[in-house]
Amino acid sequence: MNPPRALIAEDEPLLAQALQTELARAWPELRIVGVAGDGASAVQQTLQQQPDVLFFDVRMPALSGLDAAARLADEWPQDRPFPALVFVTAYDQYAMQAFEAQAVDYLLKPVEPARLHKTVLRVQQALAGRTQASQGAINFEATLAQLRGLLHAGAAPAAAPLKLIQAGVGTAIRMVPVDEVLYFEAADKYVRVITAGQEALIRTPLKELMPQLDAQAFWQVHRGTVVRAAAIEQVTRDESGRLSLQLRGSAERLAVSRLYSHLFKAM
Amino acid sequence: MKKTDWPDKRRTYLQVLAFALFVAVLQYAFLPERSFGPPLVYSFFIASITWAIIDFGRDLLAAGDETGWPRGWRGIVMVVGAIAVGYLLGSAIANRLCSVFGWQAVDATNREALLRSSILITLLAGMAASYYFYSKGKSAYLERKMGEARRQADEARLRLLESQLEPHMLFNTLANLRALIATDPARATAMLDRMIAYLRATLAASRATSHSLQAEFERLHDYLELMAVRMGPRLRYSLELPPELASQPVPALLLQPLVENGILHGLEPKVEGGSLRVAARREGAVLTLVVSDTGMGYTPATPAGSGFGLAQVRERLLSTYGAQAALDLATPPGGGTIVTLSFPAA
Repeated sequence: MNPPRALIAEDEPLLAQALQTELARAWPELRIVGVAGDGASAVQQTLQQQPDVLFFDVRMPALSGLDAAARLADEWPQDRPFPALVFVTAYDQYAMQAFEAQAVDYLLKPVEPARLHKTVLRVQQALAGRTQASQGAINFEATLAQLRGLLHAGAAPAAAPLKLIQAGVGTAIRMVPVDEVLYFEAADKYVRVITAGQEALIRTPLKELMPQLDAQAFWQVHRGTVVRAAAIEQVTRDESGRLSLQLRGSAERLAVSRLYSHLFKAM
Repeated sequence: MKKTDWPDKRRTYLQVLAFALFVAVLQYAFLPERSFGPPLVYSFFIASITWAIIDFGRDLLAAGDETGWPRGWRGIVMVVGAIAVGYLLGSAIANRLCSVFGWQAVDATNREALLRSSILITLLAGMAASYYFYSKGKSAYLERKMGEARRQADEARLRLLESQLEPHMLFNTLANLRALIATDPARATAMLDRMIAYLRATLAASRATSHSLQAEFERLHDYLELMAVRMGPRLRYSLELPPELASQPVPALLLQPLVENGILHGLEPKVEGGSLRVAARREGAVLTLVVSDTGMGYTPATPAGSGFGLAQVRERLLSTYGAQAALDLATPPGGGTIVTLSFPAA
């Protein structure tokens, strides 16, 4: 069996170096194949190197560790087992230990050797179980469930759902009733608000908009897409297993992230 | 109109009834030759009607008022009016009732004197009871207010301390220290000294109100040096304090939240990092302090928390220098953020 390979994503150079040193002590066979200084390059390097273990700092420039992991879940090739994920954080604002699906491990900074040793044992166990395809799939599903929980932790729903979207159009403000919105899509610095036949741009980020929407009516299907559930006409799966949506009243096809594909199962 | 608080109404009414009983007993004690029945019946009806008008009238007139009582003349008119109506209506009903029971309440000979004394008793008792309930309501209101103010002050202090001893900053710095101890003990010692100075200054800042600009820049230097160890080549900084301004007094750690915002929301989220500059200059009688960074720039989407730092600086400026102080936030087209403070030089 080939030696296991790991990638470290950490924006503070001294800490990246220290984790490497500690890992060399706790897990001598492990090979570090890359160190990324930000979330976006962590995703890129992971896809290139296809390591077995990821150590992701939670707070990083460009893309947080959580968002990077979510993006990886989408872009990871289906025929390869998903790497074992370990989040590293200075302060556990997500209360990681509270999650029932402990598919993803976490380390608190400064990293203590005894705690790291425990993590190494858990990861080794997970890697050993991965050789069976079914176990790999179960692990991946559990990882997705935990990522979903982490990504939506702390967003308390607003007391009253939003009724009107106020979108700036030139010097005017257009009022778009939320009931008419087919979907919201994040686009660079804006969020596109799409209704049947019309489109508007707003500056409120999707993350802030979501808690104000009725969670029963609007479903997040991708990190940048929130869809009115009742407007979905059909969900199709292509040969690589990816889901996409066809909406009533819109020609566009919307991709469904693997993170949210659990929403669509035949009854 | 506010929602009727029935348990409170019942409690108040029971107290009013007890008071009415007390007034009747008092009358009986002074005029034992008369029967106990009539004063009790009169007391009961007058007190009940007066109470009902005042207590329900309060809900109607003082719905928005925190004390639960109408303010100024409206309150007085309500109470006096309620007592008058209570007296007239209550004694009329009591009259009827007494004659039904065959109690001769009013002695025909000194009818006038009795009338006067009963009006006096009603008025005094009504005023005394109203005053009692009014002060009770008011003191409860004041207590509530004080509790609220105390809670707000506690919250503000806690948030200030939390923002200064931000856990990410603290534990990441400790993690760097831990790493340095093994690889570069001399640098670890220097970093530890910076951290001690930073922590000491942070904890002292809640007590000391002002220090020299020199001290302010030294504390910023400690903080930036800690951040420079953590961020490596991603952070460059410069501190520019002309020597003639070194002794100028400033509110302690006034600039700290601005420098922290510049790093936390400006430079840390930026992949390539950037530079941060703090400078002081004097133009005539005005001292100007500038904190600028080449980071992400201040946007409405800047995460919550940065607003707190800015608001806190603005508030401290205002409370120290009043209208003579100004805080200006600019986002130059080339990116980054520039915060400019100006206030009278000493």
